[in-house]
Amino acid sequence: MKPDKSGNIWVKFVGIFSRYTSMIHHYYQHIGSRKIRKTWWRKLLILLIVLGTIISLWVFWYLRSQALEKRKETLANMCDERARMLQDQFNVSMNHVQAMSILISTFHHAKNHSAIDQETFAKYTERTAFERPLTSGVAYAVRVLHSEREQFEKQQGWTIKKMTPVSKDKYNPAELEPSPIQPEYAPVIFAQDTVAHVISLDMLTGKEDRENVLRARALGKGVLTAPLDLIKSNRLGVILTFAVYNRDLPCNATPEERIRATDGYLGGVFDIRSLVEKLLQQLASKQTIYVNVFDTTNISNPISMYGTEVLDTGLQHVSPLSFGDPSRKHEMRCRFKQKPPWQVLAISISIGIFVITLLVGHIIHATVNRIAKVEDDFHEMSELKKHAEDADLAKSQFLATVSHEIRTPMNGVLEFNSQVFLFLFSQNKGMLDMLMDTVLDVTQQDYVRTAQASGKALVSLINAVLDQAKIESGKLELEAVRFELRTILDDVLSLFAGKSQEKGIELAAYVSEKVSETLVGDPGRFRQIITNLMGNSIKFTEKGHIFVTVHLFEEVMESIDVETESSSKHTLSGLPVAHRNRSREGFRPVVGPSESITLIVSVEDTGVGIPLDAQPRIFTPFMQVGPSISRIHGGTGIGLSISKCLVNLMNGEIWFNSIPKIGSTFSFTAVFSNPKEQQINGHIKSKSLFYNMLAIVVDPKPIRAEVSKYHIQRLGMHVKIVPSLTGMLSLLTKSQTVHLVLVEEEVWDQDLSNSLVFVYKLRNLDLKIPPKLFLLTNSIGGSRQSNGVTSPPVITKPLRVSMLAGSLQRTMGGNKDNARNGEIPKLSLSKLLIGRKILVVDDNIVNLRVAAGALKKYGAEVVCADSGRKAISLLEPPHSFDACFMDIQMPEMDGFEATQKIREMERTINSHISNWHVPILAMTADVIQATHEECSKYGMDGYVSKPFEANQLYQEVSRFFL
Amino acid sequence: MAAVSQLQRQFIDYTTSLYNEGYLDDQFTQLQQLQDESNPDFVVEVVSLFFEDSEKLLNNLATALQQKSVDYNQVDSHVHQFKGSSSSIGAKQVTNVCIHFRNFCEAKNLDGCLRCLQQLRHEYILVRTKLEALFRLEQQILQAGGSVPVME
Repeated sequence: MKPDKSGNIWVKFVGIFSRYTSMIHHYYQHIGSRKIRKTWWRKLLILLIVLGTIISLWVFWYLRSQALEKRKETLANMCDERARMLQDQFNVSMNHVQAMSILISTFHHAKNHSAIDQETFAKYTERTAFERPLTSGVAYAVRVLHSEREQFEKQQGWTIKKMTPVSKDKYNPAELEPSPIQPEYAPVIFAQDTVAHVISLDMLTGKEDRENVLRARALGKGVLTAPLDLIKSNRLGVILTFAVYNRDLPCNATPEERIRATDGYLGGVFDIRSLVEKLLQQLASKQTIYVNVFDTTNISNPISMYGTEVLDTGLQHVSPLSFGDPSRKHEMRCRFKQKPPWQVLAISISIGIFVITLLVGHIIHATVNRIAKVEDDFHEMSELKKHAEDADLAKSQFLATVSHEIRTPMNGVLEFNSQVFLFLFSQNKGMLDMLMDTVLDVTQQDYVRTAQASGKALVSLINAVLDQAKIESGKLELEAVRFELRTILDDVLSLFAGKSQEKGIELAAYVSEKVSETLVGDPGRFRQIITNLMGNSIKFTEKGHIFVTVHLFEEVMESIDVETESSSKHTLSGLPVAHRNRSREGFRPVVGPSESITLIVSVEDTGVGIPLDAQPRIFTPFMQVGPSISRIHGGTGIGLSISKCLVNLMNGEIWFNSIPKIGSTFSFTAVFSNPKEQQINGHIKSKSLFYNMLAIVVDPKPIRAEVSKYHIQRLGMHVKIVPSLTGMLSLLTKSQTVHLVLVEEEVWDQDLSNSLVFVYKLRNLDLKIPPKLFLLTNSIGGSRQSNGVTSPPVITKPLRVSMLAGSLQRTMGGNKDNARNGEIPKLSLSKLLIGRKILVVDDNIVNLRVAAGALKKYGAEVVCADSGRKAISLLEPPHSFDACFMDIQMPEMDGFEATQKIREMERTINSHISNWHVPILAMTADVIQATHEECSKYGMDGYVSKPFEANQLYQEVSRFFL
Repeated sequence: MAAVSQLQRQFIDYTTSLYNEGYLDDQFTQLQQLQDESNPDFVVEVVSLFFEDSEKLLNNLATALQQKSVDYNQVDSHVHQFKGSSSSIGAKQVTNVCIHFRNFCEAKNLDGCLRCLQQLRHEYILVRTKLEALFRLEQQILQAGGSVPVME
């Protein structure tokens, strides 16, 4: 097989294979009708195998024919070579015989006295025998006419004898009969020694010889007899005969002329068998082939001249032989001795191709099956996945529904609200409250209290589950309302104030001044996140501090390097903390639109920390560090999960860093947007009583001092920080008026006598306005009456603006009503409502009077109306009201109807003048009945409970007046 | 001054007893807190309003329940009014009776309603007497030149 051919075959294979792979791609694109594809594939596979088989068979056939061709060619070459050699040698011999005929003509007949006699001839021929390798002997017969016979016989001394074929042993020339009488004779007169027995035999009496002689003299060329058994030797031979003429005849002489000119005949005996054998021995590879030489003058019956009859081995080559006698035809037939060998190469290649085809088929089959199986699996999986998701969704919805259903009656029983602390006018009483109000003995009261506490715990759990379920079922949406971040933080601090004071933990919040006063977002959810984080912190912290900080994200990114360098000494309580940045490396926030603000909030505590093995699953719902945790600390373990979801809803991320026994720092980012029109900051400050006063904070710890400074500055005061009391005094002597001195409890207690000296000095300093002295402390306990010296008034941390203001006011002679903890909404409410003109509508004059009184208290200008009709007439634009509070249940015209009328009125006006929309809030005693949907259906903007509940009132009102 | 402080103590004791016996609740405290320099007679004002309103309502209720065919809707709205105003000033017992009253009204139970009306009148008179006594004490304190203590 030639290399280029094999190359072609491989190219074909690659082509077939690539076609299949392209089909596989095609297949992948249309996964749709799989069944059809499958049968289609099966057909294709069968086709491939059939094709492969055909190719392998073809290759086999092709290679075999190639080999045969080559064998044939080899045979032909060998055969032709042998034939040509035989022919050449024969021609050489023949030429020499011809030359001898001319020799005889010249030296025997042309001379009067012959130069040749038998002895000369025999010697001469013997010595020149090498010239005629193919002849076994030569003899010369002379032409003798009958008339000359007698004279000839007399001259020669013997009679002309007839040629009779006899066996070799019995040959005896004396027994031969004399030749019968004929017109002419051709007795042999000279002969080589090897054939000396033919002398005196009449050549014309042998059948073959006669024919030969006659043809030779007519043609003037050498002629050959058919193979015949030689006289005496009885071997197969061929006799070559040349005529000897008495003159030189032209080429175109007629046969008659030739016959007339004939003098005699020279014959050469060719012993074909030995000759051919001798010849073949000279050649290599004698063993490879059989050679047969045939006389095919008579085509139907060729006479074998050489070679044995052998079995037909199939392949045979025939080469024609020309011995110069046109009337005689000879040929050489050659055969290989061996049968053709097995075509190992062809067979192995074709089997190889077949096997490869089968393998490829198998691979494709396996692949197709695999694909089908994977596809089936995939479908099954997606089905299962869908089921699972459905189940999950169903679970969430079920949870949401059930929680909601449980919560509503529970509220009826408890009238519980998570912001219990902030209730001012809590009037919505649950059944248990009412039960509590009836006459009960001590045991019964205890039972009720237990029931109430359990119920509250249950409701808070249900709320958490409801949140989780809402988030999971994607029902939770964030509000976008204006809110004050600092106020929210203050609220949360108030929530945990009791606990932190109890435990003596330092609780503090710090908001960077770069964060604007108001932001737009969901304050409730933001508060929830912080509450969750702080709730966890306070649960797990027994000493040290909990510190909430809010910064702009950019701000933190800028100062990141500085922060990481800060040592553990620079923390709020001096205890080491887990730094937030450790776990935040590589974190980048989602960059929102330009008006958005990304805040980073951290809650840092010095609690027990989270065990390392529990850290990865901290955000998984219902996952607590260990079962003992929930026993010790309670809680559902759902808070962090909810927080994470909420943070995600705010486009933020939550992360933490926790070192066991050192503490945890949870941080999150949240994206808020700027309110559209920025209100003038600091108006609260300018209105504050303390505006432009100077306060001095005595605190050696810079961070804590910074937090105190932050809160005091919010009141509009100037703040200076000194690390010790002695430094303090030097400040006081200067001309500047110092209004306030706030001393950390730690500094005070450090050296009480020194502190007392300080107080004494402070009193004796002749200042116009003596500075007021305050102590900042963490815990409530601790009597300050030690050593009989009354200690300065105490401000219990956590610091909050309202509380701070209240404490200061109380001491400095301000309105003591405001000096209580937990009155942030009240303070904020005054800020919101001051100077607002508000219409209050209620048919119940007592209620009306109370509501009006409450709103007036917050500084609003109140107008009352005792029916829906009056309200409509008052609210007909143009009017100067900023808002309207309307009772829903009124005779004649209820609140909904009145509101609808007012909105209609506004619409007609709005169509050609301006944009009137007075905020109308429903007042209802029945908060459960009232819903936002119902209110907004009638054009109301919200609802408040009646009597007013400050926190709720604040939330509602802040939507319009912020 | 001793008289004033005695009066003040008496005032505190009396108020505390009102809370403890359940005649008044937090709402009354809130009401008191709403009173300030700009509005010195707020509580008295509101409470007198409540008295007027209540008497009118009690009469209305009596009339309504004496009708041959009682209009329970009307009765209910009167009771609702009563409940609203009483809860506004923190007259807790009155409010509680109103709640019961509304239940009977919903059930169209005439006997129950009449019984409740009786009870309501009784509770009203009780709370009025108590409040009037409280105001008298307040007046005395003010006349004596003291300030009314603020209840926490």
